[in-house]
Amino acid sequence: MKTFDYSAAASIDEALAAIEEYGDELEFIAGGTSLVLMMQQGLVQPSKVIGLGQIKELRGIKRSANGGLEVGAMTTHRQLETSPEAFAYAAALPQSLGVIATIRVRNQATLGGNLVHADPAQDPPPVLIALDALVDVVSTGGGARAIPMEEFFTDFFETALGENELVRSVRIPPMPAGSRLAYKKFLPRTEDDYATVAVAVRLGVEPDGTCKDIRIGLGALAVTPLRARAVEQALLGQKLTEKAIKEAAALVRDEVDPLEDVRGSAKYKREMARVWTERTIASLAKPIA
Amino acid sequence: MWHLGWVSVHQISFVLNGTTVERSVGPETLVADLLRDDIGLTGTKIGCSIGVCGACSILVDGALMSGCLLLAIMVDGKSVTTIEGIAPSEDELSPLQDAFIRKGGFQCGICTSGQIIAATALLAQNAKPNREEIKEWMMGNLCRCTGYYKIIDSIEAAAGIVRENV
Repeated sequence: MKTFDYSAAASIDEALAAIEEYGDELEFIAGGTSLVLMMQQGLVQPSKVIGLGQIKELRGIKRSANGGLEVGAMTTHRQLETSPEAFAYAAALPQSLGVIATIRVRNQATLGGNLVHADPAQDPPPVLIALDALVDVVSTGGGARAIPMEEFFTDFFETALGENELVRSVRIPPMPAGSRLAYKKFLPRTEDDYATVAVAVRLGVEPDGTCKDIRIGLGALAVTPLRARAVEQALLGQKLTEKAIKEAAALVRDEVDPLEDVRGSAKYKREMARVWTERTIASLAKPIA
Repeated sequence: MWHLGWVSVHQISFVLNGTTVERSVGPETLVADLLRDDIGLTGTKIGCSIGVCGACSILVDGALMSGCLLLAIMVDGKSVTTIEGIAPSEDELSPLQDAFIRKGGFQCGICTSGQIIAATALLAQNAKPNREEIKEWMMGNLCRCTGYYKIIDSIEAAAGIVRENV
């Protein structure tokens, strides 16, 4: 690995000041599971690296007064997986973190690092798209903005984050009354593999079976995580019959643009997107008794 | 005002297997290399070097991590446990070490220190895991001799779990 200068920032202000001073020469390091690998492979060769591990403002999981959830960028996957606040929000949220890679990676990798890395096959993005989450960002000069999760990813390993910005937290709005979350990923190779296809669904069903809330996030099906809007629109306000779900799920084939790789051809992944979208919606489709 | 101290050699101090150690490290130094090449604790093995195989498993403040994915500067001020720090004394093995010997929990041995460290982390938070919980926790520690059944048997034995119908 090419050497670099290292310093640990003690606060968000220090980290932002470093951006102003060093710009392109600089990388931030969170858990290190991705950046250390990329530096070892020579894919990223920063001359300055700043550690974010000591910044207390970037840690912690809070349940907000309105029932939402705020997760600090430096929260590890394991902390979110084992968080009582996350479990109280929706059991499927911590469960979706618990199926990522291995326990070692989850102990080290952070949520903010995951989002900024922007590998399209990662697990949290489709879940956070389904939950309508916002990425809270701070910038040099005292600026701040919230980027909707579905707009955060712009291309293969690319995000909407500006060069002068740092992710502070992820804000998840309250779960609509009666809605539930499910996350399924298709792992035909090994349990710790990246998903071949990943589908997250937030679904609310009226007692008569009518769909009153639906949001669908997809992972590993394009150069970025996606939102399956056509499937959502086909089902919102409709009775969630087996036939309706099947027909709506088929629409996902035209929403995805999968990359062919060792996990399958684009054609195969498109079909698997249909199958797993149907299964994930169906798993939530019965009204809550 | 803002002062970040940029230095190319860092003085780090951390607790290694119960004893405070101080070292000068370059920022690019990996924990696995620091342990093996500088400190001389070669029980932590390097297999894949990309965080997949688990041979370099260590505990950082009690949490299971990969020594090959951590920069040495990231363990500054923390507590690190390696396979050399697991036994309670020179003359005594930990229950897991003992069980791996009794139950044949290894073949060639290259993955064994990682397996035992990972299982130590498991039993610290779940003293009586069931077989599924053991498999799920241990899935990131690969054994290319494929001695998985005996590894799971060893962990069960260390946890004092007696299985019937074996």
